[in-house]
Amino acid sequence: MESICAKFVSQKISKTRWRPLPPGSLQTSETFATGSWDNEDNYVSLWSIGDFGNLDSDGGFEGDHQLLCDIRHDGDVMDLQFFDQERIVAASSTGCVTVFLHHTNNQTLSVNQQWKTAHHHTKPYSPVYRGAPCTGIVCDNPEIVTVGEDGRINLFRVDHKEAVRTIDNADSSTLHAVTFLRTPEIVTVNSIGQLKIWDFRLQGNEPAQILSLNGDRVPLHCVDRHPNQQHVVATGGQDGMLSIWDVRQGTMPVSLLKAHEAEMWEVHFHPSKPDHLFTCSEDGSLWHWDASIDMPEKSSLFHQGGRSSTFLSHSIGNQANVHQSVISSWLSTDPARDRIEITSLLPTRTLSVNSLDVLGPCLVCGTDAEAIYVSRQLFS
Amino acid sequence: MEELDGDPAVTLIPGVNSKKQICFDWGPGEMLVCETAFNKKEKSEMVPGCPFIHIIRKDVDVYSKILRKLFNESHGIFVGLQRIEEELTGKSRKAAAKDQASGRQFSSQVSILSAMELIWNLCEILFIEVAPAGPLLLHLLDWVRLHVCEVDSLLADVLGTGNPSKHESFWNLVTILVLQGRLDEARQMLSREADANPASADMCRILGDLMRTMPILSPGNTQTLTELELKWQHWREECERHLQDNTFAASPALESLCKIMLGDEAALLEQKELLNNWYHFLVTRLLYSHPTVKPIDLHFYAQSSLDMFLGGESSPEPLDNILMAAFEFDIHQVIKECSIALSNWWFVAHLTDLLDHCRLLQSHNLYFGSNMREFLLLEYASGLFSHHSLWQLGVDYFDHCPELGRVSLELHIERIPLNTEQKALKVLRICEQRQMTEQVRSICKILAMKSVRNNRLGSALSWSIRAKDAAFATLVSDRFLRDYCERGCFSDLDLIDNLGPAMMLSDRLTFLGKYREFHRLYGEKRFSDASSLLLSLMTSQIAPRSFWMTLLTDALPLLEQKQVIFSAEQTYELMRCLEDLTSRRLECGEPDAQKPQDDDIETTKVEMLRLALARNLARAIIKEGSLEGS
Repeated sequence: MESICAKFVSQKISKTRWRPLPPGSLQTSETFATGSWDNEDNYVSLWSIGDFGNLDSDGGFEGDHQLLCDIRHDGDVMDLQFFDQERIVAASSTGCVTVFLHHTNNQTLSVNQQWKTAHHHTKPYSPVYRGAPCTGIVCDNPEIVTVGEDGRINLFRVDHKEAVRTIDNADSSTLHAVTFLRTPEIVTVNSIGQLKIWDFRLQGNEPAQILSLNGDRVPLHCVDRHPNQQHVVATGGQDGMLSIWDVRQGTMPVSLLKAHEAEMWEVHFHPSKPDHLFTCSEDGSLWHWDASIDMPEKSSLFHQGGRSSTFLSHSIGNQANVHQSVISSWLSTDPARDRIEITSLLPTRTLSVNSLDVLGPCLVCGTDAEAIYVSRQLFS
Repeated sequence: MEELDGDPAVTLIPGVNSKKQICFDWGPGEMLVCETAFNKKEKSEMVPGCPFIHIIRKDVDVYSKILRKLFNESHGIFVGLQRIEEELTGKSRKAAAKDQASGRQFSSQVSILSAMELIWNLCEILFIEVAPAGPLLLHLLDWVRLHVCEVDSLLADVLGTGNPSKHESFWNLVTILVLQGRLDEARQMLSREADANPASADMCRILGDLMRTMPILSPGNTQTLTELELKWQHWREECERHLQDNTFAASPALESLCKIMLGDEAALLEQKELLNNWYHFLVTRLLYSHPTVKPIDLHFYAQSSLDMFLGGESSPEPLDNILMAAFEFDIHQVIKECSIALSNWWFVAHLTDLLDHCRLLQSHNLYFGSNMREFLLLEYASGLFSHHSLWQLGVDYFDHCPELGRVSLELHIERIPLNTEQKALKVLRICEQRQMTEQVRSICKILAMKSVRNNRLGSALSWSIRAKDAAFATLVSDRFLRDYCERGCFSDLDLIDNLGPAMMLSDRLTFLGKYREFHRLYGEKRFSDASSLLLSLMTSQIAPRSFWMTLLTDALPLLEQKQVIFSAEQTYELMRCLEDLTSRRLECGEPDAQKPQDDDIETTKVEMLRLALARNLARAIIKEGSLEGS
C-alpha cells in the first residue's frame, strides 16, 4: 500500500489509539496516542497527523505525524484507552493505572487520577504488595475496568479514589484483555484459552459464563466486540488464530480462522464498518479482513446497515427470533464460500506489530521496530 | 597475537580514584568497575573508598535516540538483504542506497554520521559500482558534490541579491562551481557578470565558450574513451593558447579560473580554502588533468593529492587514512581503520556484510572464531543485546551468523530480564522459532517459579505445562493438594477442570485432575462413577500413598449412603488398600514423627473406616446375593 506512511520514533511502541471524535462530528480524527514499552523511560505520547506544512526538527516530511506532547510513564505501557476527548487511561507493568489529562490550550499532559496498586500479588504471609502488570483496560464513561496478571478484575469510577468493585482471583491464570459486552457485562480472555463473561450485577466472584477453545488451551491475547451485534466477539490467540464467538450460544467458537504465524496481539472491528476487521501480530504483519465482499443476498452495505439497526431496536431478550434471518457475516459458517478477503497492509515484514487502531478511514499501528505507521485512506 | 595498531585509548572514569586498585568484570558490551581495598596498608588507614560500582559501556552510540532510528531502519534493510541474497546480488546496491538515504536524514545532527556517509558512498562507488575509467570520475564528482554542499546555500544567497555580480562572494561562488565541475551554472554566473560589466564581457564570453565546449563523458553517450581523450586534448590546447595570449590578463579572477580548468596544481592549491579538503582537490585535479583516470591509478593521484594538500603542515587524520585505504582498493584496511576510528560497530558491520554479499570479501579467517563478516556482526549484535530495548534487533543479526550466531543468541537470550509475561512471550517466540528447547524450558521455569512465589499456582501450572516440565508440574500439583487438605476446597477450578490432555504430563498432575473429577462427580451425585474412579486412583497407584488416607476418608460418606455403592468386590479392594496402608505404617515405624494426639485421631479414623467397610460389605453381599437369587 502506497498510502501508508512510517515514522521511526526511537521507542518500541506497545499501544496506539485514535482519539475519539466528538459525537456527530463529520471530520476524521487527527490525533492519536501511543505508549512505549521496554525502554528505560517509557512515555505516553500524543501525535497529530494534521498538515503542518513544513519540516519538523527531525527532518520529517510533510504529512508525517508530529509529536504534540508526551509524559513519562512508570513501567511499560501495557494498555491505553481514551476515556473521553481529553483523558487517556494507561495500564502499567507496575500494576498502576493512571488517567492522564490532555490540556489542549498549552499541549501538555498531566496526571489526573492514579490507582497505584490496582494490580498486585499478595504474598501468603506478608502484607507487602508486589505490583503485578495490568494487562488490559476498557472504558465506558464513567467506568474503567482493568484486568491483570494477578487474575484480578477491578471496576473503577474515574472520580473515585478506591475501586468500586474488585474481583480477586477472578482467574487462575493471567487475564490478557477485557472489553464490554453490554454495559454491566464484560468479557475477559485468559492464558488458558478461556473467554469469561462477567456480570457486575451478580454478587460473588464467579463468571456468568465460561466459553473455551477445545483441547489445546491456546492462550488468547485480545478480544473485541462487534460494534452493532453485541453477541459477536472476535478473539486472537497465541497461535495466530482468529476465533469468532457467538456468546449467546455454545461454549465453543463459531469459527476458527487460520491467520498469523505468531501471537495475534490485537483484533479490532471497524467501528462504523463492522464487516471489516483488522488484526496484527508478533510475526510483523497487519491484516485487513473484508467480509463485505460478494454476499449475494447482501446487495449493499447500506442494506446491511439497515438490518443491523432493526436488530438494535429490539430488546436483547428476544433477539434470537428476530435475528435469525440477519446473520452477521462473521457468524455464517459455510466453509464453501470463501468470502473473506484478506489484505496485508504493511509493505515489508518488520518486527512485531504490537497494536493497531482504526477510526473512520484512518489506521494507526505501532511496532517493535520503533516505527509508527499511519494510513489515511483505508478504503480508497 | 597480531601487533597493536595503535595505543588503546584511555578512558577516565569520573569518581574513581585512579591511584587505588580497581577491579573489573567483563559483560557483554559493558564492564563493571569498582575500587578495591586490595592493598592492606591502605585498609589500615581506613580511607573511605568510593562506594559505587561503575558500569562502563563501550558502545555509547547505541544509547543515542537519533541513532536508534538508524539502527532500526538498517535492521529492516539488513533482513531484507539477507532474504533476497539468493535472488540477486545486485539488489544490494539498492540496500546501500537506502542506507545512505537514512544516513543523510540524520547527518545534520551527528557529525560522525556524515563521515560514515562519506566513507560509505566512496566504498559504494569503488567496490560495488566498480565503475570503469570515465564513468568513475563522474561518480567521484557526484560524491564530492553530495558532501561539499555549502555551495548550494551560497548560490541561493548570491542569486537572492538584486545584483549577483556585485556580491562579495560572487567570485568565490564561481570558483567553487568550476572546482566542482558545475560548468553550466558557472557559465550562467559569468553571463551575469558580462551583463553588469561590459568591459569584461568579451573575456567572459570566451571563458564561457571554453566551459561550454569542454568535452565530458555523459552517461548516454556512446563515444569511446579514445575519442574523448582526443577531443579533450584539443580543448586543452585551446585553453592553453588563450592563457599564453594573455586573453584574460585584465581580470585575475578569470585568469585563475582558466588555470584551474587547465588543471594547474598551483592555481588549484591557491583555492585551498574553497576546496575544504584533499579529496575535493583530488577530484578537481583529476577532472581537469586526467578525466579518464583508471581505477588502478587512483591511489597514486590520491596519495600525491593528499601530500600536496597537507603540504607537510599537518598529519593525516583517521578519516584521511580510511579514504586513502579505499582509494587503494584495500577493503580490509578500510574496515580495520573504520573499526579503530568509529565509536560503534554499526558502520563496519553493515559495510562488511554488504561487501561480503557482493562477493568482494575473500574469506579472511581470523584466528578467533569465524570470518570477519561474522565477527563484526556478532560484535554489533552483542552491543544491541546489552541495550535494554534494542535487543530484539540483535536476534536477526545473530541468525545470519552461520557459525557462532546460534550459541551467542542462546547465551544472550537467557539473560534478558523478564518483567512482564508479554515480554516473556516475545522471548519465548524467538526461542521457539529457532527450536531452542533448552532456553524455552528455562524461561518457562523462571516464569513458573515466579508465579509460585507470587502464590499464583494456576499460572505456575500453565507455565510448567507449556515447558512440558513434569517435575515442576508435580511440585505445583502437590501444592494444590496441600492447599486442598488445608482448606478443604480447590482453588483455580477453571484451570484444573480444563486440563485436557495436558493432564498426562506428570502422574501427580493426572491424580490432581482425576481427584478433582471425583469431587465433581460426587457433587453431581453420580455416586457409582465417583466410587469406581476413587478406587481406581488407589489401585492403579496414581495416587501418592501419603494421600490414600484422605481418599479412604473421602470414601466414608459413599460407604454410608443408603443404597449400596461399592460392590463386594470393590469393598474387598478398599479393605486391601487400608490394610496395606496400616501395615506399611507399622513397618516403617513412624510413631515418633507424629504426635500422640494425631495418632489417636488416625486410629479412630482407621477404626471408623473398618467399621464402615465391614457394614458395606455385609450390605453388598446381601444385595448381590438377593439379586442373583431373584
